[in-house]
Amino acid sequence: MTDALSRPTSVLLVGGTSDIAIATLHALRSPVLRRVVIAARPSEGRDAVMSDLERAGYLGVEAVDFDAADTASHEAMLDASFAAGDIDVVLVAFGVLGDQLDFEEHPDHAVEAAQVNYVGGVSVCLRTAQRMKTQGHGALVVLSSVAGERARRSNFVYGSTKAGLDSLASGLADSLHGSGVQVLIVRPGFVHTSMTSHLAPAPLSVTAEDVADAVVSGLKRGATVVYVPATLRVVMSGLRHVPRAVFRKLPI
Amino acid sequence: MLSVFDAAEVSAAVVDAGARGVLARGAGRSYGDAAQNGGGLVLDLMGRTSFDVADDGSVTAYAGVVLGDLIPGLVAKGRFLPVTPGTRYITVGGAIAADVHGKNHHRDGAFGDHVRWIELITADGTLHRLARDGSFDEQRIFYSTVGGMGLTGVIVRACFDTIPAPTSAVRVDTERFNDLDSLMAAMVAGDDRYRYSVAWVDGTAKGAKLGRGVLTRGDHAQVAEVYGQPLKAIPTGNAPKLASPPIPMSPLNRLSIGMFNEAYFRRAPKHRVGEIQGLAAFFYPLDVLAGWNHVYGPGGFLQYQFAVPDSGADVVRSSLERLGSIGAPSFLSVLKRFGPGRTRSPLSFPIQGWTLAIDVPTRVNGLAGVLDGLDELVLAAGGRLYLAKDSRMSPHTLESGYKQLDEFRAVRSDLDPRGVFTSDLARRLQI
Ligand SMILES: Cc1cc2nc3c(=O)[nH]c(=O)nc-3n(C[C@H](O)[C@H](O)[C@H](O)COP(=O)(O)OP(=O)(O)OC[C@H]3O[C@@H](n4cnc5c(N)ncnc54)[C@H](O)[C@@H]3O)c2cc1C
Ligand SMILES: NC(=O)c1ccc[n+]([C@@H]2O[C@H](COP(=O)([O-])OP(=O)(O)OC[C@H]3O[C@@H](n4cnc5c(N)ncnc54)[C@H](OP(=O)(O)O)[C@@H]3O)[C@@H](O)[C@H]2O)c1
Repeated sequence: MTDALSRPTSVLLVGGTSDIAIATLHALRSPVLRRVVIAARPSEGRDAVMSDLERAGYLGVEAVDFDAADTASHEAMLDASFAAGDIDVVLVAFGVLGDQLDFEEHPDHAVEAAQVNYVGGVSVCLRTAQRMKTQGHGALVVLSSVAGERARRSNFVYGSTKAGLDSLASGLADSLHGSGVQVLIVRPGFVHTSMTSHLAPAPLSVTAEDVADAVVSGLKRGATVVYVPATLRVVMSGLRHVPRAVFRKLPI
Repeated sequence: MLSVFDAAEVSAAVVDAGARGVLARGAGRSYGDAAQNGGGLVLDLMGRTSFDVADDGSVTAYAGVVLGDLIPGLVAKGRFLPVTPGTRYITVGGAIAADVHGKNHHRDGAFGDHVRWIELITADGTLHRLARDGSFDEQRIFYSTVGGMGLTGVIVRACFDTIPAPTSAVRVDTERFNDLDSLMAAMVAGDDRYRYSVAWVDGTAKGAKLGRGVLTRGDHAQVAEVYGQPLKAIPTGNAPKLASPPIPMSPLNRLSIGMFNEAYFRRAPKHRVGEIQGLAAFFYPLDVLAGWNHVYGPGGFLQYQFAVPDSGADVVRSSLERLGSIGAPSFLSVLKRFGPGRTRSPLSFPIQGWTLAIDVPTRVNGLAGVLDGLDELVLAAGGRLYLAKDSRMSPHTLESGYKQLDEFRAVRSDLDPRGVFTSDLARRLQI
């Protein structure tokens, strides 16, 4: 049960090794937090996250195996996560960025990315929604991206996977209205994380901590959509109306 | 939410409860999540409103009866509720389940101290008549149910004693104090002379004025004292809907809360003795403001109420200071002295000493950290927080404050091994 100050007692990070997920966990930390589930593929990275969290003094940290592409295993993953009690916040943070030119040359790679980002997202979000509806409370936080808002020449495959995920989450938010469950869609711009470390930062870039703060305040306000930084809301609404011939040529 | 009328309906609902369990609700006046059961069943017992006042003044009432609805009949017989909280829109079930206290705790104890017997439906659907002087096993369940926040079962009916009240008026002495020390000293020195005592504390005053307040103390007036005085009758009738529209004024901000407190303080007489007040004015000043809890605007507010032994009196000052330091404005801070607690009720809140209730808007920056810090002071002083008002403590704070929590858990697991009775509060605090 999240308390009156919007502090969760239990958190599930799906894609638990993501930089944004970990930063968000730190921002949600409080004396009432007593259970943290890290859902991720078994790896050295996951082991490192586990020992970091334990060293930092987090209580009740556990790992469950999760591969976004293997949707047949998701039911068991969520069962394992919810078995020990209600979960107040589920953060859907897994995702691959990929490379647009590679996607165009190897459509199979694009299909794989769609399988992870979109199909995996459909599976995790719907299964989580069922469980939260049953418990009558909770927040599902979905990492979308401004890239999904209007597909750009430079990364439309990734953008389309986020567009699909974003639409799903947005419909889910409406379907869960009145159930006690909140859906929070997070649309960051460029975030400095391991996903983007090989790229030159775009304008208005932010850190994982900025995204975390936006998530915390969005949860507090009961928001459905947050942009990070907040100014991107205006920028994107402008970009949506730029004529296609111009948009195509924009250096973004 | 399911409306239930008689014991058979309650019993059927309990036996059929699904995986998310079941919980009884009264008037929903508890501040946090005590009367909520997310995803599960909540039983509304307010449909059955009959009660009886016996010649000896004892009341036998169904659990959903509203305390305020008992008052006219009691007053007519020269009696009054043995204990009443600051609102009359709570139910008999809620009064027992939270073991509520009033301005007379130092004299008369909590509501549970006046209860003769209860009828409780436990997890197996059976009805038990539990008397306070019953068998050992009966008493164990009786005392755990008093203060047990609905987690031992559903109270369907209860019998409790009342106190004599020769008139429907209260004789009140009011005194104003410019700082916390003089206020607290006066309470220690003089509360014993009064049946009722409570201090309103200015939650916005700082520095030398920190904790300045208005102390009102009194007792039921004798007939001779009110002879010839016009008295306003106490309004009766049902509780207003909880979801009342917001008060049509701009939400209180730091400035207007400060102004309210200043005005309240200035309006109070420096020292006035023997004023005759009506029951409603004295006991329920907030009830006239239906929807007053919307005054903080969107985002809502929370109540922080702790009790500490006399040796922890400093915590009162520290909490006002610390909340002041983050500019958390309080519309309503109430300070009271408690008499001895009832150790046989593991979750009953009152312990001898001081209790302070403060309400603060949840949107104040830094509030979570300050309250967590205050929890530690309260625990270090041997104190605890009130479950009926809590919406944010940690399981650790609960366990450290209520040393007999395990006794309660043992009773609960005997009565309800599958955990049929549960609430959002119980889940959040791992009761
Ligand atoms: C303005 C205001 C002032 C207040 N002042 C005081 C005060 O001075 N002193 C004080 O002690 N409290 C005070 N309170 C708190 C209030 O008295 C308690 O929260 C009380 O329990 C509310 O009763 P209710 O009928 O609304 O119960 P609810 O809020 O509906 O329920 C409270 C608890 O009782 C349980 N419960 C209710 N009915 C039953 C039943 N039939 N069987 C088993 N369990 C049941 C519920 O499960 C829940 O855990 C105040 C509250 C308000 C809003
Ligand atoms: N960084 C940005 O600029 C930005 C902008 C907008 C939105 N986002 C979104 O924010 C989310 C978090 O990204 P981040 O920036 O924190 O990047 P990150 O640190 O690289 O995190 C991505 C995570 O996805 C996981 N993942 C990838 N494929 C997976 C699979 N098949 N199964 C399970 N997990 C898989 C990774 O887990 P492994 O450890 O197992 O690889 C990794 O933890 C992503 O959804 C991303 O699209 C990022």
